[in-house]
Amino acid sequence: MTYLIDRRLQGKNKSAVNRERFLRRYKAQIKDAVGRAIKGRSITDIENGEKVSIPVKDVNEPRFGHAHGGVWETVNPGNTEYQKGDQFNRPRGGGGGAGRGKAGNSEQTTEDDFIFELSREEFMNYFFEDLELPNMIKTQLTQVVEFKNQRAGYNISGTPSNIHVLRSLRGALGRRIAVGGPSRKQLTALEHELRELREQGAEDDDPQVLELKHKIHHLHTRLLAIPFIDPIDLRYSNRIKIPKPSTAAVMFCIMDVSGSMDESRKDTAKRFFILLYLFLKRVYEKIEVVFIRHHTAAAEVDENEFFHSRESGGTVVSSALHMLNKIVSERYSNGDWNSYVAQASDGDNWDNDSVLCKQILNSQIMPRVQYYTYVEITDGPPQNLWEQYTEVAATHQNFAMQKIVTPADIYPVFRELFKKQPK
Amino acid sequence: MPRDPNNPRALPEQSEWTFDLIEQAHEEIRRVAKKFGLDTYPNQLEVITAEQMMDAYTSVGMPVSYNHWSFGKHFLSTEKSYRRGQMGLAYEIVINSNPCIAYLMEENSLTMQALVIAHAAYGHNSFFKGNYLFRTWTDADAIVDYMVFAKNYIAECEQRHGIDAVEELLDSCHALQNYGVDRYKRPAKLSVAQEQNRQKEREEYIQSQVNELWRTLPRREEAQKDAAAPPRFPAEPEENLLYFIEKYAPLLEPWQRELVRITRKISQYFYPQRQTQVMNEGWATFWHYTILHELHKEGIVGDGFMLEFLQSHTNVVFQPAATSPYYSGINPYALGFAMMTDIKRICENPTDEDRAWFPDIAGSDWLKTLDFAMRNFKDESFIAQYLSPKLIRDFHFFAVLDDDRSDKLTISAIHDEAGYRYVRQQLAEQYNLGNREPNIQVWQVNTRDDRALTLRHTQFQRRPLNQQAHEVLKHVARLWGFDVRLETVDPSGRVVSSLECRREKRARY
Repeated sequence: MTYLIDRRLQGKNKSAVNRERFLRRYKAQIKDAVGRAIKGRSITDIENGEKVSIPVKDVNEPRFGHAHGGVWETVNPGNTEYQKGDQFNRPRGGGGGAGRGKAGNSEQTTEDDFIFELSREEFMNYFFEDLELPNMIKTQLTQVVEFKNQRAGYNISGTPSNIHVLRSLRGALGRRIAVGGPSRKQLTALEHELRELREQGAEDDDPQVLELKHKIHHLHTRLLAIPFIDPIDLRYSNRIKIPKPSTAAVMFCIMDVSGSMDESRKDTAKRFFILLYLFLKRVYEKIEVVFIRHHTAAAEVDENEFFHSRESGGTVVSSALHMLNKIVSERYSNGDWNSYVAQASDGDNWDNDSVLCKQILNSQIMPRVQYYTYVEITDGPPQNLWEQYTEVAATHQNFAMQKIVTPADIYPVFRELFKKQPK
Repeated sequence: MPRDPNNPRALPEQSEWTFDLIEQAHEEIRRVAKKFGLDTYPNQLEVITAEQMMDAYTSVGMPVSYNHWSFGKHFLSTEKSYRRGQMGLAYEIVINSNPCIAYLMEENSLTMQALVIAHAAYGHNSFFKGNYLFRTWTDADAIVDYMVFAKNYIAECEQRHGIDAVEELLDSCHALQNYGVDRYKRPAKLSVAQEQNRQKEREEYIQSQVNELWRTLPRREEAQKDAAAPPRFPAEPEENLLYFIEKYAPLLEPWQRELVRITRKISQYFYPQRQTQVMNEGWATFWHYTILHELHKEGIVGDGFMLEFLQSHTNVVFQPAATSPYYSGINPYALGFAMMTDIKRICENPTDEDRAWFPDIAGSDWLKTLDFAMRNFKDESFIAQYLSPKLIRDFHFFAVLDDDRSDKLTISAIHDEAGYRYVRQQLAEQYNLGNREPNIQVWQVNTRDDRALTLRHTQFQRRPLNQQAHEVLKHVARLWGFDVRLETVDPSGRVVSSLECRREKRARY
């Protein structure tokens, strides 16, 4: 007796649980490895990073075994030159020779790393672990202003425009069958009886026949009285309103492009923006990005120009904030948009302008945006812009600021900016 | 003879398989196998995808298995090397169960499917059914059910006691899995119903035994009587460490004992496979070779089919020389296939040398002789019995003596008249599991004082333990719950070194 079974359609991820167990057990190591992977390469290809290695000694499963030493006598195939009694030196460095016939006992494998691939999803999860979009849940709960209609079966009451014809007629048909059933059965019986009487030769004026005819007439009338459609047959399409979560975000990138911002600082800023973008992408379906660059005057530009054109001259930060404010009120003022602002600068600003910045932020921008992040890419002492911003941060929870010195600082800074908020 | 197109049973010349064609090929193979007298369990062929093959790989070749991170690790590394194309997947996995389950991979061509059916469903299958080790030590009828029981039981334990507690315990059991085997005592038959019924009973009974052993309030008169010379425990050294732990570890909870038992049973089930690699693969390879050649002779398969088959066959039985960079030990397929073929040759066309070396089998009926060899040997004894001088010459076998007391390696024997017996003996020894694994047994338990457990490693050829031994010892200590010592003794019984793992004093959990 033989069975040939096609198992191909049955679950292929039988090992998923074991895989997940493995990841769970080595979470700490994998997180370290992911951290290293991120540091070691450009953040622009962060989403492709999937290969992770952790030291083999950590994942080793120890077993009793023999180590090299004592007497080993092994039989090997492929003798070409040796005679009995030949002596030769031990092969050095364990190359081909030392492993002869003892592959199972070799401890050399322990030096390598255990390398495996994380799926993109898993990788990003480790990357973003412990990070939470600040106040997002709160915003979603409080700011739901939009609803959408959705079908939800049928209802027995509603407006005439919602009558569902098919359902209503089906109901009517059912009712007619149900209500008319007994009468119809009786009618058939009576008609049968009448026919039998006739066959037996009864005349039209036979009292029995008359009575039967009368009854039949009565039943016919009753059946005709059953309404074709009745108010209880009516069914209405039911629609309910469900809250529609806002799934669109706009991210503003503001960067100082004055002469003091050199290429490496811009590069650092760029990584910061990308990281924020990646993070938002996990939460929102649709993200628009607006680039605003400024020196003494601000301009909205495309991405390429934003990062690659050079300007010179002084810095007036408030020009960018004015422009930001204008764009928000013109284009993103309705409730659909969650606005995030990421600003990068080297901290230079005209002295009296910083106070103005604080005022614009406090009075106009902060109430309108979900979150405002500011990174200062500098290794110098804090200047007046930093001081004024510190005051903003003190009064607004959704304002965060950090200092970055080298590209390697970005990731920790990012975590600091978006660390889990106590709820 | 090339494929005969007029033969109604001839298989079409195509590489795509269909279910009908597999049925047809299987029917032909079954007929030929029957003609050669192969006795098998019923077959269950299952077509699976490459992903499913990787799944099957990782759960120790069982259709069901409990969950553990180490299987996940295995899966990740398999997946990685497969994705990168560093490694092809095995063509087949076959499970020693009744019915015998053989997996056919979707990607394979019709030829390969036929090869796998002949190899796994008739070669391995008949070996599982016939070989004395498998007959004695494994229970093909019950294993799948037992694995289902184990999976459910362990999942239940995870719910009751937490994943971490179960995982820790399984880690420790896996570390000792090779020492969870009875080498001489025949195990009882497995049966799910009985397992479940007896499990409760056993839990209570074992606990009561343990309590007796570790009772902290000794009866007064006994205590005085025995104070001078506490009885030795265990009375005889115990080779099955997991068994000993399951029965006597003082602090284990009943469910933990059950888990130890499960890993021990699984280990026992795989023990014959570890002892018959060369024979098992040799036997299966010999039969796929013989059966497919027979089909070719009958005109059922064509030359194209044979060429494809022979190409993968020769890859499988390729043996690189010891000096080759590809050398990684003796290929069990190569050695096994060569020996099986050689036995047939000795039966059919014996030379004078064969008549001198194998007077019993030279010129006998090869089917009977091979069948006898398959049934009654394991790798070690099979090689000691049947490796012929001709094969030693063909393989150019030579023995190298590596003694750490001398600075040079010595060639102790080669493939010449003086060396045949020596090489054969050495090669057989090489397949003796008792020599390959360190011999470690439970030596003594200090029942009166600190409850420390002493294990003894009896040295073989002065070989030291590997560096992982201390890690393993930690696992033993975790299971035992108290201090554990490992003494290494030389053959004269002198302790040459010892390892110790102290258990932190702590409250019973």
